[in-house]
Amino acid sequence: MTEFLVEMRDITKRFPGVLALANVKFNLRSGIVHSLMGENGAGKSTLMKILAGVYTLDEGEILINGEPVTIASPRDGLANGISMIHQELMFVPELTAAENIYLGRELRTKMGLISKKRMIESAQAVFDRWNININAATPMKLLSVAQSQMVEIAKAIAFDSKIIIMDEPTSAITEREVERLHNIIRQLREAGTTVIYITHKMDEVFAISDEITVFRDGAWVASEKAANMNREKLIGLMVGRELNQLFPKVDAKVGDVILEVENLSRGNVVKNVSFSVRRGEILGFAGLMGSGRSEVLETLFGIFPADSGVIKINGKSVKIREPHQAIDSGIGLLTEDRKKTGIMGVLSVGENMSIASLTKYSIGGVLRKRKIDEVCEAQRRTLDLKTPSLNQLIENLSGGNQQKVLISRWLLTDPDILIIDEPTRGIDVGAKAEIHRLMGELAKQGKAIIMVSSEMPEILGMSDRIVVMCDGSLVGEINRADATQEKIMELATRFSVEVVA
Amino acid sequence: MEKTSLDTAALQLMLKKFNWRNFLREYMIIGILIIFVAALAFMTEGNSIAPVNLVNVVRQVSAIGIIGVGMTFVIITLGIDLSVGSIVGLAAVVSASLVQMPGGSLVKFAGIDLPVIVGILAGLAVGALAGFTNGFLIARFRLAPFIATLGMMSIARGIAYIYTGDGRPFSDLKPDFNYFGQGYLFNDPDVKLSGIPLPVVIFIAVAAVATFVLNYTKFGRYIYAIGGNEVAARVSGIRIPRVTIIIYTISGLLAGICGVLLAARIGSGNATLGTGIELDAITAVIIGGTSFKGGVGKIWGTVVGALLIGVINNGLDLLSVSPFLQIVVKGCIIIVAIIIDERKNSKAS
Repeated sequence: MTEFLVEMRDITKRFPGVLALANVKFNLRSGIVHSLMGENGAGKSTLMKILAGVYTLDEGEILINGEPVTIASPRDGLANGISMIHQELMFVPELTAAENIYLGRELRTKMGLISKKRMIESAQAVFDRWNININAATPMKLLSVAQSQMVEIAKAIAFDSKIIIMDEPTSAITEREVERLHNIIRQLREAGTTVIYITHKMDEVFAISDEITVFRDGAWVASEKAANMNREKLIGLMVGRELNQLFPKVDAKVGDVILEVENLSRGNVVKNVSFSVRRGEILGFAGLMGSGRSEVLETLFGIFPADSGVIKINGKSVKIREPHQAIDSGIGLLTEDRKKTGIMGVLSVGENMSIASLTKYSIGGVLRKRKIDEVCEAQRRTLDLKTPSLNQLIENLSGGNQQKVLISRWLLTDPDILIIDEPTRGIDVGAKAEIHRLMGELAKQGKAIIMVSSEMPEILGMSDRIVVMCDGSLVGEINRADATQEKIMELATRFSVEVVA
Repeated sequence: MEKTSLDTAALQLMLKKFNWRNFLREYMIIGILIIFVAALAFMTEGNSIAPVNLVNVVRQVSAIGIIGVGMTFVIITLGIDLSVGSIVGLAAVVSASLVQMPGGSLVKFAGIDLPVIVGILAGLAVGALAGFTNGFLIARFRLAPFIATLGMMSIARGIAYIYTGDGRPFSDLKPDFNYFGQGYLFNDPDVKLSGIPLPVVIFIAVAAVATFVLNYTKFGRYIYAIGGNEVAARVSGIRIPRVTIIIYTISGLLAGICGVLLAARIGSGNATLGTGIELDAITAVIIGGTSFKGGVGKIWGTVVGALLIGVINNGLDLLSVSPFLQIVVKGCIIIVAIIIDERKNSKAS
């Protein structure tokens, strides 16, 4: 018998104009959790999509239990016991959890008709056996992201998969849900299932992995037992250089209060929220997913108008019921979901960058094109934006560079207050550090920065002051010096106490 | 010597960097137009490229083209305007009713003799008002553009019929009015067929202004931004309702211009004018490379698209192809254009 459950040898994959994988190898031992790390575009997802049959390989071979296999479609992948849970979950929202699990191979009655009853029963049996707290008869559209993910895992289990690949499973779920996911993964491992775990998050890698493989620029870099790895070594392998400091917090002079929000309320998502922020300060918004962090700031920015509350800038009350009013008041908002509410994919880098500040760069409605090119070019240089030209379509840029373009979009409006919702979500390590450095510099220039982040290290590393939200209310405030993960978590989960009381 | 070799190197680099595939994809439509013109010229033994015929084609095309320009704005923002054909009819009857010769037959406003300009402006105003209504319904009541303009399509046509009373056209129009549809710019009376038909001149002017607006103004950028991602555009401070209303008002205004020109061309205001022209305009926009997925589109593409439709229609006429078959051909062109659009998008991503 061979040592490895899966061996991938000399895998090469080309996309039009890009060599995504070049002679990559990957060996997978049975019954372990094997994490794949690497910056965006390193090739880890591509390699796994080849293993699962989503993509077909151009060159190379795949061996399972020492036997060469051909995996040309997801169906072949499943036949070989391989399931992949994609980063963007794929399901039919109108169908129930059970129907989604048995999609394409529905359980039937004796008459040959589809039996919803049988499907719900067997799906529920899987949920119960794995301690997944979901009713199998619930339509998928009513489930949270974390719950949908559990359904996908149950689906893989129901398919009798020997290998389950999870592509960044924690990019959109809360820390508590991550814990639950990790428990399931450990249970799976005990039951003999092999799990491949793709992630960007250091803490998780060390919490869950037995073995770690690092990729960089479409090539295999290293495979190691997790016990033999540490943070610095791992980051070094990923970026090919040692990062001295992950969060280069620049000491900025904290000045006068610039923004005061009093008793802001909207429906039952934002409840009487009051806070203030000073020039040169980075204010972190912490809280679990769904605690209302983004909602407060979207209300402040006028994306959804507030029911009540007062917003004061420099002591003067302002009316903000539409984003353009917020922009005129000197506020910028970098939204959480880059693709849905940030970039205009089919427009160029330059057009995306300048769109919020065209009034400033036009005379009587006519664009000052040369001026616009100049300021965009200057932004491109200061932010070290990697794009062949400003005319490149923004959708062709990597996530980190798209984020830089969006930061530039707001910098060009020269806001006094910049709100950044999840500044580094889905961004590789190198770009992450650059964005953090940039935030520090902006604070130093005297801008007030409000940051929402689901990543504890980011919140702790970047914020001068942290406010914590829970269930639509602001439940506490912690100074940088006193902030710990435990304190934040304690506040963020306060609602359980209130519910009991 | 050295300088020359440097230049060659630079040229080679330029050629290498030059993306032939993108270039072909971008300008393919012009190639197709040339192929069609050449093929039809061959099949009609040169009749199709005779000056008389060419002038005829461009004059026909100008109506589709003027409306197509407005439609380009609308489709870039992921909208659609189905009402333009009906607005043409309404604008035609309204303007014609105000420029009838006093003492002619079937005069709507007997005894009132207004300057021609009043009739023209009334036609344009009616078009702009109908377009504004479309925009208002879409922006304020969040109606889907398809629904709002489908409603207006019916309403405007209905009003046009009611306005004419018994449905009979308003004829006996003043020659000064008809001049706008029948006259020429740079016409040398001694030379037959000299000059450019006025509708064509207006079409060129409209296309030029629209090109400027799309490429060189804030408003133009906003149009692309809304089509590219409406939510992101709003977050960036663009007032979506305002821009939407302006876009549909422009589309209506251009339909109004087209209505006035068509009435002037045939010398009568008929409520049935412009029937089905919205489909020709949409076809011109789509085969001109404007994406049905929003955020992408160019005026020159629409102009070439309109020319292509004109050339094909005219060619099929000259070849005595049944008008029913011509409709089938038009449908095929739309489908092929959309397939090309789809493939462009899937390749880009």
